[in-house]
Amino acid sequence: MTKSINIAKLEARFQAKVDAEQKIEPKDWMPEAYRKTLIRQISQHAHSEVVGMLPEGNWILRAPSLRRKVALLAKVQDEAGHGLYLYSAAETLGINRDELFEQLLTGKAKYSSIFNYPTQTWADIGTVGWLVDGAAIMNQVMLTRTSYGPYARAMVRICKEESFHQRQGYEILLALSQGTEEQRKMLQDAVNRWWWPSLMMFGPSDAESTHSAQSMAWKIKRKSNDQLRQEFVDATVRQAEYLGVTLPDPDLKWNEERGHYDFGKINWDEFWAVVKGRGPCNKNRLKTRRKAHENGAWVREAAMAHAEKRAARQKEEGIA
Amino acid sequence: MDQAAALLDYVLRLADSNLVLGQRLAECCGHAPELELDIALTNISLDLMGQARSLYQYAAELKGNGCTEDDLAYFRTEREFRNPLLVEYPNEDFAYTILRQFLFDAYNQLFYQALENSSDARLAEIARKSIKEIRYHLRFSAEWCIRLGDGTELSRQKMQTALDDLWDYTAELCTPNATDQTLLSTGIAVDLEQLKAPYFERVEEILTKATLRKPDYEPFQQGGKEGSHTEFLGHLLAELQVLQRTYPGAEW
Ligand SMILES: [Fe+2]
Ligand SMILES: [Fe+2]
Ligand SMILES: [Fe+2]
Repeated sequence: MTKSINIAKLEARFQAKVDAEQKIEPKDWMPEAYRKTLIRQISQHAHSEVVGMLPEGNWILRAPSLRRKVALLAKVQDEAGHGLYLYSAAETLGINRDELFEQLLTGKAKYSSIFNYPTQTWADIGTVGWLVDGAAIMNQVMLTRTSYGPYARAMVRICKEESFHQRQGYEILLALSQGTEEQRKMLQDAVNRWWWPSLMMFGPSDAESTHSAQSMAWKIKRKSNDQLRQEFVDATVRQAEYLGVTLPDPDLKWNEERGHYDFGKINWDEFWAVVKGRGPCNKNRLKTRRKAHENGAWVREAAMAHAEKRAARQKEEGIA
Repeated sequence: MDQAAALLDYVLRLADSNLVLGQRLAECCGHAPELELDIALTNISLDLMGQARSLYQYAAELKGNGCTEDDLAYFRTEREFRNPLLVEYPNEDFAYTILRQFLFDAYNQLFYQALENSSDARLAEIARKSIKEIRYHLRFSAEWCIRLGDGTELSRQKMQTALDDLWDYTAELCTPNATDQTLLSTGIAVDLEQLKAPYFERVEEILTKATLRKPDYEPFQQGGKEGSHTEFLGHLLAELQVLQRTYPGAEW
């Protein structure tokens, strides 16, 4: 039997397993392209959690009440935890965290472009929770059923916390909507700035999306970018009405026939510009991550050196 | 000083210490040497902030007139803050962060352990709730002191530099002032004089394990507990209080 026939057989068995809704586990055979796709996607996701700590961390020190400060600090800490679960899930595919970090710090790996926008006011913190965590949840709920076991399981834990984040964000905005004139202005301004970037979080439209078809066949994804985006818009419009804010899209209206909201055209030039590094914060986000990594090098090295010394001492004592 | 004024001053000292140190640790969130450390430092910050809130709530009740925890955290000036100077010292690098933490935790654990026996029921209750967290903080910061002191040559140097600077601020921790004196007779306050010897004993034990040299000067900086602070505190408060001060009366 030739090698290619062998692989064709393995691939068929793999696909049958996926089709039968059985999870693929780390020790199972998988096509090299499936592994690569997952490493790319999971690590992008992990990097997004970690870089996402920065725009929100920007307001921890200035949070307007002790209650809000504690909640925000805990939220950003959750995101660090999400980063850890996801790096661990990626490591089951045969790559380690150092390599993944390297890819992030050299700009080789991407993270969600949304975190390249600045958090200018306190209202941005509520809006990020409501819209950004909200959009992330759409995607992540789908991923709890993804075909790769460790990724799906990480998502189950993460989703619980994300929906809490979204509620927490919405609650910040509710307080602003019931506040002073200045607070209501702050709220509307933040929604104006975050609405379109949030819609872009679902990625290019289906016609433009390069990886989508294969990912659907492998059941890494189960819904298309446009489908998820539509679900997000449908769920969000009513929440905006309840808040008393206007979503900055004159074309946004209910379409009785489709049973969905229609919405305006996304500025894809902006989307691609930010993906390619020309967003307002791309350079600073990476610079900050790099600085933390470099400043921490002596700490990581010392911890390792100490562990080695300790092991050596124990060995000596064992002999003596 | 009468008992009521002294008690308020005392509770604020404890609350301010936690808030200021919690804020310093929160500065590290997203910037720590590795993710696990980021999470651990944030945990300590969250514990301290939680304890600070219980203490401010108690202080607000003592003040009365509808005073809230946020009034006390956001509308007092640097001259009114009562924390010891050590906790306001900046995160010059991770060595400062971890040593500041250790020098404080070692004191704090002895302090809260004693505070469990306070004749003030509310303080005793807060102490009981906090002590488990504080024990964990001390274990964490002491372990990291040893790890970084007895790590590489570079890490030992950095720790020694931080220690030489921060040592000066240990004097104040176990030195009683008028407030302590007033509350000592009624059994509310912890007898700080009693903590001094065990504190320095414990600190020196860990420093030895960390192969660090105890600085050869007597620490002497004082004043935080009376509201006389380093230049660092004003900046910390400016950032912490900015929104409340910019929009007075707004609800968040
Ligand atoms: Fe997130
Ligand atoms: Fe997350
Ligand atoms: Fe989140």
